[in-house]
Amino acid sequence: MVQNSFSRGVRDGVPIALGYVSVSFTFGMMAVAQGLPVWFAVAVSMTNLTSAGQFAGLSLIVSGASFLEMALTQLTINLRYALMSLSLTQKLDSSVTLADRFWISFGNTDEIFAVASGQPGAVGKKYFLGLMSMPYLGWALGTLLGAAAGNVLPASVRSALGIAIYGMFLAIIIPVAREKKPVLFVVILATALSCAFYWIPGLNRVSSGFVIIICALVAAGLAAWRFPVQDELHREAQPTDAPSSEEEARS
Amino acid sequence: MNLTNAILQLVVMALVTYLVRMLPMTLFTKKITSRFLRSFLYYVPYAVLGAMTFPAIFFSAGGIISGLVGTVVALVLAFCRKSLLTVAVCACAAVFVTNLLLTLL
Repeated sequence: MVQNSFSRGVRDGVPIALGYVSVSFTFGMMAVAQGLPVWFAVAVSMTNLTSAGQFAGLSLIVSGASFLEMALTQLTINLRYALMSLSLTQKLDSSVTLADRFWISFGNTDEIFAVASGQPGAVGKKYFLGLMSMPYLGWALGTLLGAAAGNVLPASVRSALGIAIYGMFLAIIIPVAREKKPVLFVVILATALSCAFYWIPGLNRVSSGFVIIICALVAAGLAAWRFPVQDELHREAQPTDAPSSEEEARS
Repeated sequence: MNLTNAILQLVVMALVTYLVRMLPMTLFTKKITSRFLRSFLYYVPYAVLGAMTFPAIFFSAGGIISGLVGTVVALVLAFCRKSLLTVAVCACAAVFVTNLLLTLL
């Protein structure tokens, strides 16, 4: 089964876009507060399309860091995208060409990746284009709004917006962890490791970008060793997947 | 701060971020046959998102108490399979209300 409907992609992208507006709003607000022009903040969002990387990049620009430091920081924080891009290669429908991969990879964010890889079968380029369109606009528009009008909001509202992106992450991982024990194992292990790197003296000197990479390698590696996934062809051949059997149970 | 320098930094940022995403996807076009590697790639996003969320979510709300309240609200709603938007907005609302109550106390 190939998911390749543009309109379905757009629909699936709307919730991501709305979440992005709140996070990029904060980014735009911060960029302008640090003395950068509005157009610059929007240009960063439109060319980078990444949350953690942009926030880190902003503080490096303001502090006058070297180009090498900028490159290494971005490489570390965003290295998880390399794993996600690699993972997505296994998800793309065979009609996706090499040329398509140049733009598909640009839209590979945490949330877009999670929704695309959550599809039951392969994913086509039309679906992916639809899926990335709304989040891209939301990310750019939110940055513009935050940069142009962020200071209008009271501080209480601004600080409440910070949790939005994590709420979104939880909405992606918890429903799957609830159904699949190995995913629950991965989430708990990665969370425990990440907390250890934050609180244990010595370990907490490791930079946040590296912490994410270490957690991903250890948790996903252990799970892959202990709970190897079913063969994809075998899984697709079976008509009754988990959701449909659940519907049967309800009716 | 020099704007020309900021623009050059922006180019470095965008280039590195794009290459990190683009190279693995364009250089690697075959299906992976190793069951271990396929399993590993399947689990990666859950590990990355879990590690990114905790413990950062506790400190994302301008106070540890409101951060905890927001976390519990988000966890419960996500467990009930609510949409990305519902979970995100309700977590923000929970933080906002908690911060408000704390200032009133």
